[in-house]
Amino acid sequence: MQEKQKTDTSDYIIELRDVTKSFGNVNAVDGISFGVRPGEVVGLIGDNGAGKSTLIKILSGVHPPDSGQIIVRGDEVRHWNAARSRDAGIETVYQDRALAPQQTITRNIFMGREIKNRFGVIKVRTQYEEANRLMRDIGFTSKVFDPDSPVATLSGGERQGVAIARALYFDADLIVLDEPTTALSLVETAKVFGFVQNVRDRGRSIIFIGHNIYHVYDIADRFVVLDRGKVVMTADKAEIESAEVLMKHMQDIAEMAYAEAAEI
Amino acid sequence: MGLGAKPGGKQQRAREDASDLVKWARNNRRAITSTLFLIVMLIGFTLANPDVFTQFKTYRSVMIVLPVSMFLVVPLVFVVTAGEIDLSFPSVVGLASYAFATIVDQGGDPLIGIIAALLVGAALGYLNAILVVRIGLSALVATLGMNFFLRGLINIIVEGFSIAIPEIRGTFIHSLMTDDPIKIVDHLGIPNQMLWALAFTALGVFLYNRHSFGVRVHCVGDNPESAAEMGIDVNRTRTLVFVFTGIGAALAGIFSVMINFVWWPTTGDGLLLPVLAGIFVGGTPAWGGVGTVFGGTIGTSIVAFIETGVIAAGLTGFFTQFFYGLIIILSLIFQRFNGGRMR
Ligand SMILES: Nc1ncnc2c1ncn2[C@@H]1O[C@H](COP(=O)(O)OP(=O)(O)OP(=O)(O)O)[C@@H](O)[C@H]1O
Ligand SMILES: [Mg+2]
Repeated sequence: MQEKQKTDTSDYIIELRDVTKSFGNVNAVDGISFGVRPGEVVGLIGDNGAGKSTLIKILSGVHPPDSGQIIVRGDEVRHWNAARSRDAGIETVYQDRALAPQQTITRNIFMGREIKNRFGVIKVRTQYEEANRLMRDIGFTSKVFDPDSPVATLSGGERQGVAIARALYFDADLIVLDEPTTALSLVETAKVFGFVQNVRDRGRSIIFIGHNIYHVYDIADRFVVLDRGKVVMTADKAEIESAEVLMKHMQDIAEMAYAEAAEI
Repeated sequence: MGLGAKPGGKQQRAREDASDLVKWARNNRRAITSTLFLIVMLIGFTLANPDVFTQFKTYRSVMIVLPVSMFLVVPLVFVVTAGEIDLSFPSVVGLASYAFATIVDQGGDPLIGIIAALLVGAALGYLNAILVVRIGLSALVATLGMNFFLRGLINIIVEGFSIAIPEIRGTFIHSLMTDDPIKIVDHLGIPNQMLWALAFTALGVFLYNRHSFGVRVHCVGDNPESAAEMGIDVNRTRTLVFVFTGIGAALAGIFSVMINFVWWPTTGDGLLLPVLAGIFVGGTPAWGGVGTVFGGTIGTSIVAFIETGVIAAGLTGFFTQFFYGLIIILSLIFQRFNGGRMR
């Protein structure tokens, strides 16, 4: 019995309850409850400015919410921050890639989570070798750069590769991908989908934010649609027959928003 | 191929070694530039006045006071790399060494004086951090304000009086810090303060490149938003660089008083421009995210030798400032060849 009661909450890896966040007079996130279960791929969709990035930044500890609860594996956490979320097994590929361009690829991969001894001395050799292996794993075969090259010398797609590789390296339970395929070629996009498949096969969870509804439909098990800081729809894939149907829902939501705006 | 025509395997290895060297040179190009600049400058001075610049005592006279700047430039490279600036260090030198001089003057143990000075330096560094990191004031303006404020405080406290501490001579601490047991020629040796400053620089180089503190300083100065997103405590990192500078300033002040046997109400004042110039001349750019601690030390050495060189070349003291400016600008132009900010 007790077990059963507990599952409802501790079933989630992480859960947000009624969180809000505003910037000045913009209510970027306006009372959202949202959670991710082990092994599922959640597609988070919504128009520009709907609050998707803000929501996942609350989840990953970058923005403290103005109000609401954050529950990690059944326990409410206080003073949630980015370092703690990473310690809790959440890795995020941010929309801005979160790279330091003048630093080496190695430094970027281990930014904030260096391999070091207990005096804080970095194991430079180990980091270099790990970065080298990781780069080869994700298909960086270029002779032009190596783990010691500054990220500024990489192309947009390659930088994205570094950001994704970093998220994969730490073997997180939940990987958040905020528009990971923007500015990528078809081949590179397919590669990202390969990563997602791989992560899912290993029983990890993913939050996937994307503007291409077809992509999101293909990849996700569950859809969460945001509009102006609120969740306006959640649906399992079983409830939605095709990407076109999902697209139709999105259009309805946009029209509703448009009509509301016209009223005011 | 010319010289390297050897059996395949070895040739391959040779090429790899060469590329390692090229890589090393590329990664350290800013420090290499300033080092070459220092060497060329010294050669120039030697040609202008061989008598002076072939004598060890010329170098020794520079090595007596140069350490004071080295204790400052090392932490300041961290500050600039973190994307901040600290212009309050001359007065922190003054106030921290005032604590030291006062305690020794009152008959206290010099060791207690040193600890007190370090605490004052760290506390003032922390105060800077509160203004810049917590309250969010511009580092440039806030620390400039602190420089005036603290110097004003010194003047109010001492009303123009100096503190002489000749009694420090002969104490164990004083010999440990400023004697010169390593003799090079006749009775002239490398002063101990130079060895301490070199050790401090080595520690700085290590922290800067190999310790997670230094690496986080780089990331924060390069892109603070990214650093925060990856879980680096940006405010803590920024606070630590200011505290580190406060500690460096205290060490500079302690050595300055030990070397001169006197604390003046102006102690530290003359360091502002030469030390600042040393950072940039050494190859640390003003934009943050990259820099070189070793280069900073070279930069301060370049600045320190300018005055000696100008006088030795037979020019009057009137030329000193002119050459200061000329050499600083020239070296910055050379650093420019190392490229602008990469994005
Ligand atoms: N740091 C910030 N400061 C001020 N306003 C912000 C900040 N971050 C987000 N906002 C605002 O909050 C709202 C939601 O932004 P958010 O980035 O979460 O949207 P999004 O759904 O990710 O959009 P997109 O699809 O364009 O990435 C927008 O109106 C945005 O301007
Ligand atoms: Mg976004």
